[in-house]
Amino acid sequence: MTLPPENPAFWPLTLIVFLPAIVAAFLSLPIVPKARDEAVRWITLGTTAVVFLLSLWMAVPQLFGAAGPGQFVIGEAGMQNVIKLPWIDAFGIEYLLGVDGISMPLVVLTTFLSMLAAAASWPITKHVKAYHVLFLLLETGMLGVFVSLDFFLFYVFWEVMLLPMYFLIGIWGGPRREYAAIKFFLYTLLGSVLMLIAILMLYFTSDVGLLSDEQLIATHVVQPASAVEEIAAIRSADGAVHTFNLMALAAVGQLPNSPFAANTIWLGMSLETWAFLLLLIGFVIKVPVVPVHTWLPDAHVEAPTPISMILAGVLLKLGGYGILRICYPICPGAGLSLAWLVCGVGVVSMVYGAFAALAQTDFKRMVAYSSVSHMGYVMLGLGVWSAVAGQEYRWDFWAQGVNGAMFQMLAHGISSAGMFFMVGVLYDRVHHRNLEEFGGIFGKMPVYSGLAVAVFFAGLGLPGLCGFIGEVLVTLSSWNYSPVLAVISAFTVILTAAYILWAIQRVYLGAEYRGPHEEALTPITSRELAIATPLVFLAIVFGVAPQTLFQYVTPSVNQQVETLAEWTRDVQDGSRRLMVADSSPRESAPLSVASVNSPVIKGAVSQ
Amino acid sequence: MQPAMNIGTLLSGLFTDTVGVSLPRFRPELCIVLTIILLLLCRMLPLVRRLDSGLVAFGGVCFAAWYAYVDFLGLGGLPGEAVLGSAGGRQEIFGGLLVFDSFTAFLRLVLTGFLLLFILLTKLSGIPDREDGADFYSLVLGSSLGMCLMASANHLLMVFMAVEMASVPSYVLAGMLKGRPASSEAALKYAVYGAGAAGVMLYGISLIAGILGTLQLPEVSAELARVMSAGGTSGSTMVLCLGGLMLTVGLAFKLSAVPFHFWCPDVFEGAAAEVGAFLSVASKAAAIALLIRVAFAFTMPTGMAESAVAATANALADARHFVVYTIGLLAAVTCTFGNLAAYGQTNMKRLLAYSTIAHAGYLMMAVAAAIAMLATTPAGARDAVTAVAFYLATYLFMNLGAFGIVALLRNRLRSEEIAAYAGLIRTSPGVVVAMAVVLVSLIGLPPLAGFVAKFLVFSSLVDAMMAGAERSLMLALLVIGGVNTVISLFYYLRVLKVMTFDPLPEDRVSEPFPLVSFSGAMVTGLVVPVVILGVFWSGLYAAARLAGVIAS
Repeated sequence: MTLPPENPAFWPLTLIVFLPAIVAAFLSLPIVPKARDEAVRWITLGTTAVVFLLSLWMAVPQLFGAAGPGQFVIGEAGMQNVIKLPWIDAFGIEYLLGVDGISMPLVVLTTFLSMLAAAASWPITKHVKAYHVLFLLLETGMLGVFVSLDFFLFYVFWEVMLLPMYFLIGIWGGPRREYAAIKFFLYTLLGSVLMLIAILMLYFTSDVGLLSDEQLIATHVVQPASAVEEIAAIRSADGAVHTFNLMALAAVGQLPNSPFAANTIWLGMSLETWAFLLLLIGFVIKVPVVPVHTWLPDAHVEAPTPISMILAGVLLKLGGYGILRICYPICPGAGLSLAWLVCGVGVVSMVYGAFAALAQTDFKRMVAYSSVSHMGYVMLGLGVWSAVAGQEYRWDFWAQGVNGAMFQMLAHGISSAGMFFMVGVLYDRVHHRNLEEFGGIFGKMPVYSGLAVAVFFAGLGLPGLCGFIGEVLVTLSSWNYSPVLAVISAFTVILTAAYILWAIQRVYLGAEYRGPHEEALTPITSRELAIATPLVFLAIVFGVAPQTLFQYVTPSVNQQVETLAEWTRDVQDGSRRLMVADSSPRESAPLSVASVNSPVIKGAVSQ
Repeated sequence: MQPAMNIGTLLSGLFTDTVGVSLPRFRPELCIVLTIILLLLCRMLPLVRRLDSGLVAFGGVCFAAWYAYVDFLGLGGLPGEAVLGSAGGRQEIFGGLLVFDSFTAFLRLVLTGFLLLFILLTKLSGIPDREDGADFYSLVLGSSLGMCLMASANHLLMVFMAVEMASVPSYVLAGMLKGRPASSEAALKYAVYGAGAAGVMLYGISLIAGILGTLQLPEVSAELARVMSAGGTSGSTMVLCLGGLMLTVGLAFKLSAVPFHFWCPDVFEGAAAEVGAFLSVASKAAAIALLIRVAFAFTMPTGMAESAVAATANALADARHFVVYTIGLLAAVTCTFGNLAAYGQTNMKRLLAYSTIAHAGYLMMAVAAAIAMLATTPAGARDAVTAVAFYLATYLFMNLGAFGIVALLRNRLRSEEIAAYAGLIRTSPGVVVAMAVVLVSLIGLPPLAGFVAKFLVFSSLVDAMMAGAERSLMLALLVIGGVNTVISLFYYLRVLKVMTFDPLPEDRVSEPFPLVSFSGAMVTGLVVPVVILGVFWSGLYAAARLAGVIAS
């Protein structure tokens, strides 16, 4: 191990990721007495609060005085605060972390929701120490995924999340917890294995030697300080120099002579297409989309309330983030030709999730299906942008869609976590979730009901609340791709309104409470209030002033979309590379000089 | 051969060769031999009869491990691969019966290292008791000696002798638990299967020797190329294939590859868990090493001038195809069957037996990839052998850890049924965490060593696929390996589920298993490397890469 490097971002980023794990290791030591449950709870809450503050320090420099080194520069599109340490030299695997406008808000969302979930964990009374150790490990895994820029590291963090989640659902969950836990694990591991195969295929085909000197520096393959020697080493290497660096893989994938597109693997489809498909399957299982969504209702329903908050608020976003960060930049050609698939599954799960939510009688299950429906918007928004075939070609529409999808992810993180928490508050009191056996809660718990209705309206997508912005942007942008999909997604809003309003009517309104344990319906406690209020507050802030989020998201998204748009134009105007590549070996399609000097390279350099 | 050479010069030549060249390369094995003699002698002398045989064995193995380590360092230090010759510092000893190279050195280090930990474990778990100690340890060391020879065999006759030398003591070890019918049954079953497999293997060796006219492994490839390129009669090819398959039967038996695995679950269930650990780790490592040696001999041009290499490699293309497909298919079937059969097990040792079978499948996948790439991309073949070596080293900790925990729990719970572990987390959380680490590592999830091993195996498959070497087979193996990883999740997690989710049985009589004890320290010592090697695996990888040099 090298000593702590000079890089000012090293400690903030490293601590954000690893502080929870360090505290978890400390808590699991035998020196912490078993009976001190209260202390364990406070330590966990304190840790998550510190991590949240650290991420806030990075993300919002204004709050802490003038921006200093190691903090996030709002409005800058490229990757910031990149730290790079060698890890496994033999494979070029690096401890490569960094944030940009796409990952920074997600990091803050994760730390924020983790803090709230830690606070929401007070009602957990079984094996408190083990619960909090696993919870903190889970937080490390989630944050690691968002900040790692090395594909291997990314995969490690991706998998690290699985085991804590398995136990958290399986030990502290509801009646069918064992089934739900193994189902969650199985689905996700299947996706992960496919992802691992794709990672290896991309790695062994990649060659950073194809990149220009500027790209090598821009993608952090070489350190600026020793760039000359390292570039010389790459140029003089015999054979390809493989890489796990996500930025370099993206740059290689966007080359006019991308080796990913040149290799035909199986069934006449290029490596790019296969890698895109395998990665996509891995990610959409996490999102999840129909038909691989069936783990979600089970896991969400059986998980304890704080874990449901994390599942809906953060874990689902990992899938969307992966598609945006990995699938499209690395395999742009496949993204272009398979846009129909991404948009299609998005719309299908949107509609299916909404109908399924309408049919539920279990309150929590209804919220779970609403997540499926809402994440469908994310898929649609991510998918539309690459679709131009045969149409006039406007990258700003695509950017709108991706920005909408990003916003939808963040907003859904707030609203779905809020909804699950609200359900949990009721469940803690009356120990049932049957929608038919509620009613009249407004009269008994007025403050709670007010907050809950606000959160549900945010989930509904009422203008002025956070759910609205994302859905409207996605729907608008999809019109340009396919009016049919746009119309369907617009109509889904009606379904969403139907199931949410109906649920509100059955639970909160009405004359009297119709279920058991009526005496337990006590007003909201101050702890619950402290969790609910920030969520409602943010739901309103993001709805009224979406700019607070867009100032982070838009520059990075726009740059990525623009780069890929240039790439697509290049493909369109060039030798119709995709079609040629599909039918015959690449050697038969000589590259024009113009395509080599394409703007893509410029775009990638500025990245 | 000069007629004038008399017996005197022959003997003196043999003497200088043995003392000057061979014995210095044979020091770890010599130490083991001396330890065995010492163990047996100790019983006769009244003064040292009270001496603990485990201690003697441990001391002897310490020397063996030290020499193995020195030999390995002598290869040129970990980073200084350049010092090594192209063939891994290859040196034939004992008149070409054995070979010393980096692969031998690595395997010997793994085996002696395993023995050290294994003897410690047996001292802690109390099997064997004091009376059986000398027998037990001399059998273990004798078998290990055979395994060291397996890893360095350079002659088909030596292959057979080494396999027998490793096997025969194992039969006795399997029956070590006296008075238990299951143990005797296991030993008998093992011995009968082993004898059958050995016979078939010997027959295969004689067929090969008859066609090729040589038993020296380095000469096999040249002879094989000659036979192949001569067109040969279809009869000779047929006999060669038959001989090769028969040889494979013997190796597959040692590897417990399907369909020659039937002994494995029964033996593991019947024998003590410690013996299971020995058979699953050491025996497997030696068998895989031998498979690599033999398979390489038939597919890699060795022992000829540079100019002839390419022509030989071409002539061997068919043989390579045959070997790759044989090993690849065996691997796929073994892996899938092992994982599927493990699903229904209720006995922990039996479950681990099937898990061992499955892992032999993963290992053979990498061997298939290595052979597929031998001719086209030697660098890739080297990486594949590296993956095997790395896998073996991590497998040592994972599986010894798993069996060790089973053995130590047996002493407390008086049971090796999975159901007996119910709710163990309530009383002994430390050991459950240790078991979780080991089992999750066996599934192959990061950040544990098992993941890295599996990652390396899969990466060698992808590497072969991208290099166009047996692309369709490699793709199939990759998919099968991936699917198997998911299948294996079920049964490993089931054990964890029983340990953590299930309620504590009311009639549990055992005392808790604290990690702050000698046994706890042993378990910790086995489990911590699994975690560390999962995160910081550069060093081990560099060492394994040295072993991989034999492929380039």
